[in-house]
Amino acid sequence: MIWNVELRRELVHGRSRFAIDASFASDAERLVLHGPSGAGKTQTLKMIAGIARPDRGRVVVAGRTLYDSAARVCVSPQERRLGYVFQDYALFPHLTVRQNIAFGLRSGWRNPAPSIVAPAVDRWIAAFQLAPVAEHRPHQLSGGQRQRTALARALVNEPTALLLDEPFAALDNALAARLRGELKELQESLRIPLLLITHDDDDLRVLAHEVVHLHGGRVAASARVEEPA
Amino acid sequence: MEGAWIALALTLKVAAWATALNLVLGVAVGLAMARARFPGRELLDAVLTLPMVMPPTVLGYYLLVLIGTHSPLGAWLLEHLGIRLIFTWQGAVVAAMVVSFPLVFKAARAAFETVDPQLEDAARTLGMHEPAVFFRVTLPLAWRGILAGLLLSFARSLGEFGATLMVAGSIPGRTQTLSIAVYEAVQAGHDDAANFLVAVTSIVCIAVLLSAGRLLPGRVVARE
Repeated sequence: MIWNVELRRELVHGRSRFAIDASFASDAERLVLHGPSGAGKTQTLKMIAGIARPDRGRVVVAGRTLYDSAARVCVSPQERRLGYVFQDYALFPHLTVRQNIAFGLRSGWRNPAPSIVAPAVDRWIAAFQLAPVAEHRPHQLSGGQRQRTALARALVNEPTALLLDEPFAALDNALAARLRGELKELQESLRIPLLLITHDDDDLRVLAHEVVHLHGGRVAASARVEEPA
Repeated sequence: MEGAWIALALTLKVAAWATALNLVLGVAVGLAMARARFPGRELLDAVLTLPMVMPPTVLGYYLLVLIGTHSPLGAWLLEHLGIRLIFTWQGAVVAAMVVSFPLVFKAARAAFETVDPQLEDAARTLGMHEPAVFFRVTLPLAWRGILAGLLLSFARSLGEFGATLMVAGSIPGRTQTLSIAVYEAVQAGHDDAANFLVAVTSIVCIAVLLSAGRLLPGRVVARE
């Protein structure tokens, strides 16, 4: 199993309560977690990445146990080696595209210099055609460039899997369609397991090997999708 | 006139020390107040802001009670570290620090609260541990606000009068800062000295405020 997830968490916000009880296991290289907004998708993804804490459960990704409340295992987000692309990309506004992409390469207390040269950084700048904007700050980028920068930043660390939170929601339809195709090709060439959450049916159609439907914090259905010929 | 330069040098020394201490203390407390969630947080915030609204003489009295040589803390400092805070320039530093602390702490708290927590989460998923997250993401995005608070704190320390007079007194060349020297000069009828001191003080304060004003607009946008 590439993905083996069993997560429970009760969220209390003022007087309202929301319970997440999401369990799914899948061998799909491209797994899509689908559901309306407010279904608990982002919280589930954050718990898999370790930046939100579940009450209990288990997370196994590509054979590595990242969290197991029964066995008292909780790998820190720093050690999980999962690439995370945030919904609004969460690019560092004070750093250039090049510095953003190089961010994870070194773990010291200082950010990479604007002139940093590293093979992995240059590889992704070239692959995503970011060379003309490499010295720009995130606020100067187009939506597609931001998305590619966020993807490059996550890939530079050679993660064992990629987690993407609504990666095309901030883009117009034509651009989203193109980047969806690019992401599919990228996944096929790297063979990196990919978990994507979305409420968009186009994402399912193009990207999903398997779909897990999440509704009100619970798994409503799970289905294997036939690869289009 | 030579007395004025001595008073200016002493004032700058006291304000610089008070600001430096507030940099560490105010940033630490501001960060804790921006991040931690505990009952009574806003009450603690109000207590920490109190020096900004209380009469400086009242603060000075509190300080005398707290760090005077007859107090447990003051006695301990004198006995174990050999530090006497009453009627010394170090005492003036403590007075200036307490009075201007809210300016740094408030600015730091507001600056840290504008930093999107998601950016810190992004740094964590990229392998950064907490000190690296703070120095590479949180601090660079908050430093402008903090620096503006520090400059205001420096300006406030330069003009400190009431608490300083209560704690450090007015010993020319040792604890007599610019604002106290102005008071003494006027009281003694030395108008020339007073005019000169007032002009020097005004120029220094305007310079500090101008640099603080330059830092506030055009802040780095923390959210995209």
